[in-house]
Amino acid sequence: MSSQSIDHLALLPLYAAAGTAILALLADLFAGRRGAVIGVTVLGAAATVAAALTTAGAAGTFCTPEGACSWVPSWPAAVTAVLFAGLTAGVLALSVPALRLGVAPAGEFCFLLAASMAGGVTVAYAGDLITLIVGLETLTLPLYVLVGLRRYAPGERVTTEPAAASVTFFLISVISTAVALLGIALNYAATGQVYLGLLTAGSGQFERLAGVGVALLVVGLAFKVAAVPLHAWAPATYDGAPVPIAAYLSTASKLGGVLALAAVVTRLEAGVVVAALAVLTMTVGNLVALRQARMVRLLAWSSVAQAGYILAALALGGPGVPAALAYATFFVVLELIAFGAVVALRAPGADGGRIEDYRGAGRSSRWLGAALVLAFAGLAGLPPGLAGLFAKLSVVEILVSADWTWLAAVVVVNAVIALAYYVRVSAVLYTGRAVSSPRVPLSVAFALIGAVAVAVVLGFAPQVLFDAVS
Amino acid sequence: MYRDYLDATSWSAAQVLLVAMLVVPAVGAALVAVLPERLARLAATGFATVTFLLTIAPVFARDGGWFSYSPERPAVLPWTDVNLPWVPALGLEFHLGVDGISYPLVVLTGLLTVLCCAYTRERSLAALLLVLEVGILGTFLALDLILFFVFFEVVLLPMYAVIAGWGGPERRAAARKFVLYTLAGSVLLLLGVVTVVAEAGTGNLIELTSANLLPRGVQVLAFTLFAIAFAVKAPLWPLHTWLPDAHTEAPTVGSVILAGVLLKMGTYGLIRVGLGVAPDAAEAAGPVLAVFAVLAILFGALICLRQTELKRLIAYSSVGHMGFVLLGIATFTATGVQAALIGNVAHGLITGLLFFLVGTIKDRAGTGSLNQLSGLRERAPRLAGLLAFAAIASLGLPGLAGFWGEAFAVVAAVRVGGPFWLTLAVLAAVGGALTAAYFLRLLRQVTHGPATPEVRAMRPAITGTEWFAWAPLVLLTLAVGLIPALVLSNTALPIAGLLVGAP
Repeated sequence: MSSQSIDHLALLPLYAAAGTAILALLADLFAGRRGAVIGVTVLGAAATVAAALTTAGAAGTFCTPEGACSWVPSWPAAVTAVLFAGLTAGVLALSVPALRLGVAPAGEFCFLLAASMAGGVTVAYAGDLITLIVGLETLTLPLYVLVGLRRYAPGERVTTEPAAASVTFFLISVISTAVALLGIALNYAATGQVYLGLLTAGSGQFERLAGVGVALLVVGLAFKVAAVPLHAWAPATYDGAPVPIAAYLSTASKLGGVLALAAVVTRLEAGVVVAALAVLTMTVGNLVALRQARMVRLLAWSSVAQAGYILAALALGGPGVPAALAYATFFVVLELIAFGAVVALRAPGADGGRIEDYRGAGRSSRWLGAALVLAFAGLAGLPPGLAGLFAKLSVVEILVSADWTWLAAVVVVNAVIALAYYVRVSAVLYTGRAVSSPRVPLSVAFALIGAVAVAVVLGFAPQVLFDAVS
Repeated sequence: MYRDYLDATSWSAAQVLLVAMLVVPAVGAALVAVLPERLARLAATGFATVTFLLTIAPVFARDGGWFSYSPERPAVLPWTDVNLPWVPALGLEFHLGVDGISYPLVVLTGLLTVLCCAYTRERSLAALLLVLEVGILGTFLALDLILFFVFFEVVLLPMYAVIAGWGGPERRAAARKFVLYTLAGSVLLLLGVVTVVAEAGTGNLIELTSANLLPRGVQVLAFTLFAIAFAVKAPLWPLHTWLPDAHTEAPTVGSVILAGVLLKMGTYGLIRVGLGVAPDAAEAAGPVLAVFAVLAILFGALICLRQTELKRLIAYSSVGHMGFVLLGIATFTATGVQAALIGNVAHGLITGLLFFLVGTIKDRAGTGSLNQLSGLRERAPRLAGLLAFAAIASLGLPGLAGFWGEAFAVVAAVRVGGPFWLTLAVLAAVGGALTAAYFLRLLRQVTHGPATPEVRAMRPAITGTEWFAWAPLVLLTLAVGLIPALVLSNTALPIAGLLVGAP
């Protein structure tokens, strides 16, 4: 066997992302200034975006002689890598006020976030199950620390919530990874395949074994996207984590899970399991969200429900993947806006607070109120959140054309339930007297403006995205 | 095939006009939202006026398409249309057009928005009215099913905000009920639209109407979804329960837009999409729809007889009037659909005027309770006179706009023949008589009798703004009543196209 030739060009996005993490660490070590570390990380994220876009459509690398590759720079991969980098930069920008307060050490924070981005990029490009799991773990591992990374000023009330959230997240995540790995192993034992392009259902005496493997794999990955009934960790973890990290969990981390699931269901038959998860996830997520009184918990439950819509598209297998990816993209952008507005409306380093705390906020901060309403409207799938409307439309359309009208009906009924709480929160913003408006830090404003711009552009020209992910 | 004559490089003035109809109010809304309060009101009225002039204009672009009568004449022949690809992945085209069916409603929307923008003093409210106008005009203009759905959704949240932001004491509950009900309706529309597009492979309403593309099973499913969706919007009994609350709590301009044009999206949708896309199923479902329509007429009238709240009474009268419109559609005859079209416009004019009047009365007297209102004729004779005019128009006095829609809906039902339709026609006529009864009761109670303290405390004068808002509606009610051809002159061919399908 000849030594494998490696196409380093195709690996450029990963080099950029991993390099960012290392540079952030070095910058912290040698420059030691917060601004430098943050600047390096943002630049690294930008470099990752550039690398992903330039290498999109290139040939894969780490290939077998049969042509199956472990690293596949397809257009959907590039788009999702861009999303990971963008989310990383966005979340970092949202964290700047808290970092400035010294709530978390900037160097470690940036390093962990960039490492997580490298994991996300790996997930996006992964061409085999092993790379996929390694990427997924690299994506999640830094987050255990980030969720609990909280320093307290002298005299500040110390809470154990972040630590508790971190431990919950860690335990659940490790178990889910173990389950997924077991699934991969069983499937490999039965079929001998790990390359995504070559995955097949088992045959003969191994058929059952392969089926169990697929089911375990799907269940393991369902933990990552917080699909009901494997969701219980998410609201507690989101609410305990700093708000920007909660934003990252519900966008980038969830996107990683979606990508992994998409890769699996494209080739393996898991329609029934995924459809059942989808129905449960959206219904339970929406119903529980109706009763939430805390902002981040509401967003957490709504993001559980949103994962249900993505799973509905994934239940179709390969044909549903473009719709699922499109939905996931629209969703993460809108979700980032929602979390960004929450960060901007709260004091630096504060938690999300109760929904009641936002009374009148839309009157005092007109632009933040408008951004939050735009995000909620989009998540509800209604104009002016056109991006969200097209997201819903694409999922419903693919379901109906595949003769899964019943699942489409479940999706649209859930959209009605969801509107009830989105409207409730939006209305709170405009009730009562205007409160004193907080001064929005520049970095948070930049992140919000960027995310809103992306949402608006995608709202009017969604075809760009549909072309890229299909 | 229709894209051929539309070269993207050479836009005709009429096509620019169609797009401008949506762009002008949209830009207006954005500007009004950021302008200072004083200037904003003027700007809102200005933008609404420009849009109104634009909505009138298509009639001059008509001749081109009108006489190009050939054997391959499509069932829907817009006077002018514009067709641009928007999201091919979803089969969504930005396809707008106007024809005889949509034109009266388009003009009505333009008119009512001007009147409401002039009437209101709130900046944000005016901006929302312009956003609503974009959605409503878009719905009436859309010739692509998915685009129709998109615009159908545009009005939901702005209308919620109008009710929740400027409404009466129970506004939040009413607004929530409105938005959840109507979203429930429109998600069914979404399912129907997607089903049709998936089956037919196109969302182009011209093609879908011209060639009966769908197998019967799909038609039945799609029409059922459409019928329920539009029945919520119209609203048709028993799906009307959101309407009285929304009307009672909404601010005056909100009620006017809601009754005047928003409800028309339901009936228009039923004609354009329901009849156009699934004609076989529509014909088959006619009797069922007609039964519900007649029940709506009767129940609406009976509830009105017991109503003691001014705005609620007018709201329930809307349920009855929309019942007549739906009865016309359900007959599946040219007469019936024409009755529905003119009924739509007449209801928009008259009920728009009624809501302006009762909104003013309620604001000035501080109460909408019929028990506390009487003697308006003594205190404010002009206002009482206008109310009497609007009420009499609404009960369907010949010579005023309300007459044609109701009378000919009944006539159409009689003409279908058979004991079933005859019974329905008789019941609908009885409902019409009850309408007269409750409006006369309303007039007796409000305008006659001794003035109550609330009425005596009212400011009697009608301001210039109010005259400006009301006079056009009064005049048009008269005009449409005397010359129904104003609405119906260009509808015969498009309706024939709808009812027959492919020629």
